[in-house]
Amino acid sequence: MSKVAQPPLAYDTELEQLEIELLLEAIFRHYGFDFRSYAFSSIRRRIWKRINAEELPNVTSLQERVLHDPQVMERLLLDLSINVTSMYRDPGFYRAFREQVVPLLRTYPFIRVWHAGCSTGEEVYSMAILLEEEGLLGKSRLYATDINEVVLQQARAGIFPLERMQEYTENYIKAGGKRAFSEYYVAKYDGALFNPSLTEHVVFSQHNLVTDRSFSEFNVILCRNVLIYFDRSLQAKVHRLFYDSLVNFGILGLGGKESLKFSQYEDCYEQISSEKIYRKVR
Amino acid sequence: MAYELVVIGTSWGGLHALRRVLGGLPANFDLPVVVVQHRHRDSDHLLVSLLQDHTALTVHEIEDKTPLAPGGVYVAPAEYHVLVEVGQLQLSTEEPVRFSRPSIDVMFESAADAYGARTIGVIMTGANDDGARGLRRIADRGGAAIVEDPATAESAIMPAAALKLVPDARVAAVDAIPALITKLVVKSRKAHGGRPALPARKDDGSLRGTP
Repeated sequence: MSKVAQPPLAYDTELEQLEIELLLEAIFRHYGFDFRSYAFSSIRRRIWKRINAEELPNVTSLQERVLHDPQVMERLLLDLSINVTSMYRDPGFYRAFREQVVPLLRTYPFIRVWHAGCSTGEEVYSMAILLEEEGLLGKSRLYATDINEVVLQQARAGIFPLERMQEYTENYIKAGGKRAFSEYYVAKYDGALFNPSLTEHVVFSQHNLVTDRSFSEFNVILCRNVLIYFDRSLQAKVHRLFYDSLVNFGILGLGGKESLKFSQYEDCYEQISSEKIYRKVR
Repeated sequence: MAYELVVIGTSWGGLHALRRVLGGLPANFDLPVVVVQHRHRDSDHLLVSLLQDHTALTVHEIEDKTPLAPGGVYVAPAEYHVLVEVGQLQLSTEEPVRFSRPSIDVMFESAADAYGARTIGVIMTGANDDGARGLRRIADRGGAAIVEDPATAESAIMPAAALKLVPDARVAAVDAIPALITKLVVKSRKAHGGRPALPARKDDGSLRGTP
């Protein structure tokens, strides 16, 4: 069981905040990863998780290790991006997508989907299966991006833990799945290997929402439980990126506790479901 | 230092206890109250309305960066951790801590670090030991610790675990907890400059001040 990530009690909170700001500045200047506008309380927890794992005393000592040992940076990078995900996470979202978005997608000759912050790919495979069952995968292209190359490699491999298949099967059914979920994978290498034909229409590639620009125009953008880790200013920047990357009447899907409520683009979308599914209307 | 935040953690039997405590707080209670109750992942909206029926305070389900307002009650959604920042709440989907998400420990520890001695932490009925470490941290930062009396709690495990780590916590039966909270708040305000001044608010709705 992992230790709870937290600083020692004696730690001066103002000093700690300064050290964290310096660490994030150093990471940006040296490695180009920009975490400076991440929400403070959650990134602080992630940093302390790494400090404890490396058995270091404080934030400054982690900065020294990170700057002089790229492997420590790689481990920290994995900690900083939250890679907890599952297939058909929030089944209600996928059910609403099937019922309310799929009919819109049928009207397009070609469908481009951007899955921003796809992590290890579970939700990408979920969407590919959904589109396949609706007869839309053939005319779709899914662009699945993440900041982290390590998780993208796992996503490309398409092998997920066998012990989670029962949970995923339940989610799949709740999400309105039309077949037997087990048709989509075979048990292999202690894992469930998903049918490679699902990813024939998927492009996995590295993309940084904070620093990279739009790379195409999309009919659908999915970005779920990624923006909650950003502060308001960075959220505004990413919402602009999404707005600029969506076609007129394109669809934006967010996480269950995220919204456009405080964003400058609130009036440019209408919510078309009780789930966080929005349509760009102006 | 006057108290500015109440955090409550509970598990098994918590709905009943929360109704009694939130229902017992006066309608003009003006501190934000953040609540973690372990529960099933499909029950979000239900819990909010079940609590709202029993209190004059306004109950909200926590979303991304929900601002804290005086007298608001903020309930953690299932499957997310809640981190307290000064003036707002942050959600996280990172892995469960000791099998719990939301974790009472995670919420309490972040509250202790953000609000320090201005925090009142309350642990009530529950069938596991989540929250004990968090309450310890609140006490270590100079905040107030309250534990429901294990003798009368629906499930004694969580209160007993909290008392083991925080032996000098104030112990009260569930019906006495609202009055105890109110008394602590009033007393702390008297000791620090008379009237119950609310903390100044910035334009963005967050509270001014350093942890």
